[in-house]
Amino acid sequence: MQVYMDNNATTMVDPAVVEAMLPFFSEQYGNPNSLHKFGTAPHPAISKAIDQVYAAINASDNDDIVFTSCATESNNWVLKSVWIDKILHGEKNHIITTEVEHPSVLSTCKFLEDQGVNVTYLPVNEQGIIDAQMLRSFITEKTALVSVMWANNETGMIFPIKEIGEICKEKGVLFHTDGVQAVGKIPVDVQAVHVDFMSMSAHKFHGPKGIGALYIRNGQALSPLLNGGEHMGGRRSGTLNVPYIVGMGKALEMATENIEEKMATISAKRDRLEDALLKLIPDTFTVGERDHRTPNTILISIRGVEGEGMLWDLNNAAIGASTGSACASEDLEANTVMLAIGADHELAHTGIRLSLSRYTTDEEVDYVIDHFKSAVERLRSISSSYAKVKPTPGGEATACEMH
Amino acid sequence: MAKNDLFGASLWDEYSNKVTTLMNNPQHQGEITEEEAAAHGNKLIVADFGAESCGDAVRLYWEVNPANDVIENSKFKSFGCGTAIASSDMMTQLCLGKTVDEAVKITNIDVEMALRDTPDVPAVPPQKMHCSVMAYDVIKKAAGLYKGVDAESFEEEIIVCECARVSLSTLKEVIKLNDLHTIEQVTDYTKAGGFCKSCIKPGGHEAREYYLVDILADVRREMDEAKMKAAAEAGLGGDFEKMTLVQKIKAIDAVVDENIRQFLIMDGGNMEVIDVKDGEDYIDVYIRYLGSCSGCASSSTGTLYAIEAALKEKLSDKIRVLPI
Repeated sequence: MQVYMDNNATTMVDPAVVEAMLPFFSEQYGNPNSLHKFGTAPHPAISKAIDQVYAAINASDNDDIVFTSCATESNNWVLKSVWIDKILHGEKNHIITTEVEHPSVLSTCKFLEDQGVNVTYLPVNEQGIIDAQMLRSFITEKTALVSVMWANNETGMIFPIKEIGEICKEKGVLFHTDGVQAVGKIPVDVQAVHVDFMSMSAHKFHGPKGIGALYIRNGQALSPLLNGGEHMGGRRSGTLNVPYIVGMGKALEMATENIEEKMATISAKRDRLEDALLKLIPDTFTVGERDHRTPNTILISIRGVEGEGMLWDLNNAAIGASTGSACASEDLEANTVMLAIGADHELAHTGIRLSLSRYTTDEEVDYVIDHFKSAVERLRSISSSYAKVKPTPGGEATACEMH
Repeated sequence: MAKNDLFGASLWDEYSNKVTTLMNNPQHQGEITEEEAAAHGNKLIVADFGAESCGDAVRLYWEVNPANDVIENSKFKSFGCGTAIASSDMMTQLCLGKTVDEAVKITNIDVEMALRDTPDVPAVPPQKMHCSVMAYDVIKKAAGLYKGVDAESFEEEIIVCECARVSLSTLKEVIKLNDLHTIEQVTDYTKAGGFCKSCIKPGGHEAREYYLVDILADVRREMDEAKMKAAAEAGLGGDFEKMTLVQKIKAIDAVVDENIRQFLIMDGGNMEVIDVKDGEDYIDVYIRYLGSCSGCASSSTGTLYAIEAALKEKLSDKIRVLPI
């Protein structure tokens, strides 16, 4: 059996999505900006995909949703364009974000710091989320933008987006959210929360890789990142990627249809997996309360077992998981999110992320439970660290105790 | 940056078969107890190196025969990634049957070489080299304990990188042994500078007594000086004419580096040695001018004379320099 539990990295493309995309590779291949019938043939499908995306996040017809190549492009677009529009030639010079954003936000902020922009990186609490009221205290009249992710990729923790949006609206500050880990996993209603910009990526909800979108609230100006044509109303140049746009629309419609029901099914499997691992394996810890997490995510830390070693053993058992720890990522840093939530450095090297999807089966969960336990036992038998750790009496593990 | 750098292989694809085999089935993991060692009339040594907080830590057990200092049994425990386990396992294997004095000469390079499937293909990617460096350090620690020497005094334990517990002596040694040129390489091989980054250069979140940029520059300078000195001494000793072509070119480069190149660079130019040919009366050194030296009027007069004079003085009177 092979089990894929790395769905926060990417997902399988749903067969129905593939089927929807196929005609636009070889049958309706015209450039939709052409005047002839080859170009106009795919227009209905593009319109349908646009409707599907608008409906999925409850965008108003007056808002813009612009297709991009990925959420990294969307995040870059917002941050760099706000810099160009509001900072470079204006009086504002401050951006607020968090310490646990995706690298496409953090690296872009570092780039902007090199250009002279002041950036505040807010820390997260022991639950792995920021305090909205603390954010409020950092907003000044110089603040041009707040960029806070909707849900964290490592922990699955859901941020208080509604509260942050209200604060930003009250203070007259633009608010961008990286919605990559939220869209398609939990209900996302851009009219119920105040966001000016939201990034999305299709391959996180069983759509294809290489297509994303940026939601732009009605009336918000944003200089284009790519110059060259008048595609997407002049917002983003480049020939429309028709099959992928169709695929994204279809995938998002499927992901958000009866989303509460899907969430309940996935979270039941996630909870069973998490309960079993915590019960069967002493000195294990998971990050964040379940009720505040995306329904598919577990970040589990195992005393005495370094992340890459664990990933290696899981891979040997044909289980695909993920770790943000040093050795697996060509980066010597410990898991930055775990450090940010206050985990000690040793634990921050032990985090394993298991992320399920709506296609995860009970049999797969059982398989992971069995092999996860045996991998931990093997690696702990080698561990110099675990030899020094006194197991918790009775093998009782505790969630959320990272200190 | 080129075609092969656009999309890298998986980190795991760069591990040798020996590494992956030992990752899955380490042969020497375990512990040795005082009772076991005593039963054999041996002395037990337990040495720790690294830190769990850095993601890598190793504990080395030695059972040493006090009559002849031979390591009769050796085991390890490791908190680390798979390559740390494999390196520790190989390091433990290499210690077996050696005297403590022999074991302390095992370097991280020996460990890494022993893990190779073929001599010319590294066993692990560069960023994993710190795992074998750690194996090297724990041996020193164990040897210090056995010899009753304070670990602090066994090697120069000036810690440059507190996060990774990397000492000044280790840094100097690793730079020399591996001919490292960049801070990134130093970090790959030692882990120093890979965490809080305060030790890389001044201006981090805390001030440090030593910085990697300075240590690297100093060691590189020492290495260059030693190379030039050796080359110059060889030449002065009359051995230049007996050198191989490669040795001759290196000796010439060393003299040029020491006496000439800096002045050319100051004027926006440079030079390179193209070839060396031995003749009856002359040793002809063919050079090519670079940058602003190309086409400079002095390149066939004053500059050429200065280069030739330096080479004649340091290496051989028979040298004739020919620009092409």
